[in-house]
Amino acid sequence: MSTATAPAATGGEPLVAYDDATARYDVVIGLEVHVELGTATKMFDGSSTAFGAEPNTQVSPVSLGLPGALPVVNRTAVEHGIRIGLALDCSIAEMCRFARKNYFYPDMPKNFQTSQYDEPLAADGHLDVVLEDGTPWRVEVERAHLEEDTGKSTHVGGATGRIHGADHSLVDYNRAGIPLVEIVTRPVAGAGARAPEVARAYVAALRDLLRALGVSEARMEQGQMRADVNVSLRPSPDAPLGTRTETKNVNSFRSVERAVRYEVSRQAAVLDAGGSVLQETRHWHEDTGITTSGRVKSDADDYRYFPEPDLVPLTPSRAWVEEVRASLPELPVARRARLQAEWGYSDLEMRDVVNAGLLDVISATVAQGASPAAARKWWGGELARTANAREVEVTALPVGPAEVAELARLVESGRITDRMAREVLEGVLAGEGTPTEVVTARGLEVVSDESALVTAVDEALAANPDVAEKIRGGKVQAAGAVVGAVMKATRGAADAKRVRELVLERVGAPQA
Amino acid sequence: MPALSPDDVARLAALARIDLEPAELERLAGELDAVVAAVASVSSVVSDDVPATSHPLPLVDVYREDVVEPSLPAEDVLAGAPAAQDGRFLVPQILEED
Repeated sequence: MSTATAPAATGGEPLVAYDDATARYDVVIGLEVHVELGTATKMFDGSSTAFGAEPNTQVSPVSLGLPGALPVVNRTAVEHGIRIGLALDCSIAEMCRFARKNYFYPDMPKNFQTSQYDEPLAADGHLDVVLEDGTPWRVEVERAHLEEDTGKSTHVGGATGRIHGADHSLVDYNRAGIPLVEIVTRPVAGAGARAPEVARAYVAALRDLLRALGVSEARMEQGQMRADVNVSLRPSPDAPLGTRTETKNVNSFRSVERAVRYEVSRQAAVLDAGGSVLQETRHWHEDTGITTSGRVKSDADDYRYFPEPDLVPLTPSRAWVEEVRASLPELPVARRARLQAEWGYSDLEMRDVVNAGLLDVISATVAQGASPAAARKWWGGELARTANAREVEVTALPVGPAEVAELARLVESGRITDRMAREVLEGVLAGEGTPTEVVTARGLEVVSDESALVTAVDEALAANPDVAEKIRGGKVQAAGAVVGAVMKATRGAADAKRVRELVLERVGAPQA
Repeated sequence: MPALSPDDVARLAALARIDLEPAELERLAGELDAVVAAVASVSSVVSDDVPATSHPLPLVDVYREDVVEPSLPAEDVLAGAPAAQDGRFLVPQILEED
């Protein structure tokens, strides 16, 4: 096809321009998200899950798969699974079992992963997400099940350091057995060209939800939350689902969006050329923004699932489930609606705040005593710009809610002007101390000492006798020149409104 | 008709990463077929009202609390490793099919 273009620099496959691809094909996506639960111990043994320990120092006979070792289920992990299920509006199984997923790979020394197969803990739910322009979108959730993480392999030797050229691998089992919940969506159809945006919004909303539930930090950059992205194309919404590819371990919101876009363009080129999409796993390359072929689904993927004989079934009592339901915190969607009402933000303002990831800092700043308007002004303006310029998250700036609230109080009490506040913030960002310390150190305080101001006003009036005369004659607007002179004399440290009042007072003019 | 052919055994062997000669496939197909036939006799007494049983014990919901227990000592962890490096298990490169 003439629309297929060979990307030169990326080293990828032929692509169709995204808009052309979505004009000719219906996009269907699906997402599988793995979440490491924030429990103190592993899924089936008491080994610690703390991050960053020396290799193989948080392991037990169970995590190492030693003969005779017997697993026992972590109650807190099951409870976290129930919490996630309920928050996604799933039904919680009255009875479910673990199953062995058999495969041979050194990251799992047992030669199977303990997972759930046909009896997930939670099923049939949904997550409502909001796209960037405010459009609501419901993503159906097929299931959420419990399983365990694998060990971490490092491939060494070989020319490239990648798996291909590696001579051997080094394995650390600290991560093996850490509780995971895998959340699987149903196919998401009907989003058309917005499919990448829906994928991103879903993963972001899920991250927010998991954090609100307190079940995981869900830091994608630390691998605590990992997304597998399924994409398929079909000629029309009425056609059966096309062959899908599964791009593994996409580890940022932006990458989720890019990976879907890339696969749409790539698969469209394959189909345009009369080929068929291979059902395969694909690798995502963050640096180049492309996917490459991984493993073709084959007989080797016959995992021979069977019920885990070493673990008895789970039958979470309805009383337990209801207890968990009653303990659910306010969920992000409800929280946003409440905060918007409390703060009096417009829809657009609220959306900007949410999209910029400022909800929590603004909330914390308001809690420290700032007005919602002031909190939004500083975080959404000056601080967002600074974070952007420094290419860091706004939360990584050396300024927190306490400092911003203090700054807002200084302005509101009239101690500093808005213009000065920007300078104060500059000082705080430069590490010069708290806002109050910067005000003192830089001598930025508004001159509120009336006698000093009166002296300055009298001096300015004496230096401009003609202006004083005009004011007395009724030309109140002439006061501006004197105010300007006072502001200049105080190097901008006076409250201009007060200066104006004083000028009129001192010349004995009627106050307007 | 036998339940297991040499091809079935070859597939199972591949899944289990066991390298078998053609003669072994033939022999094992016969032996495993006898095993499967012996187990299949159970189906003669199974009726629709007998659910598939994965756990013979009438036991459910066995949990442990989320309390950290000491790790196996590092030297014990690697004691059984054929090879180790930097506190980690050293394994041959695999995934050559990748």
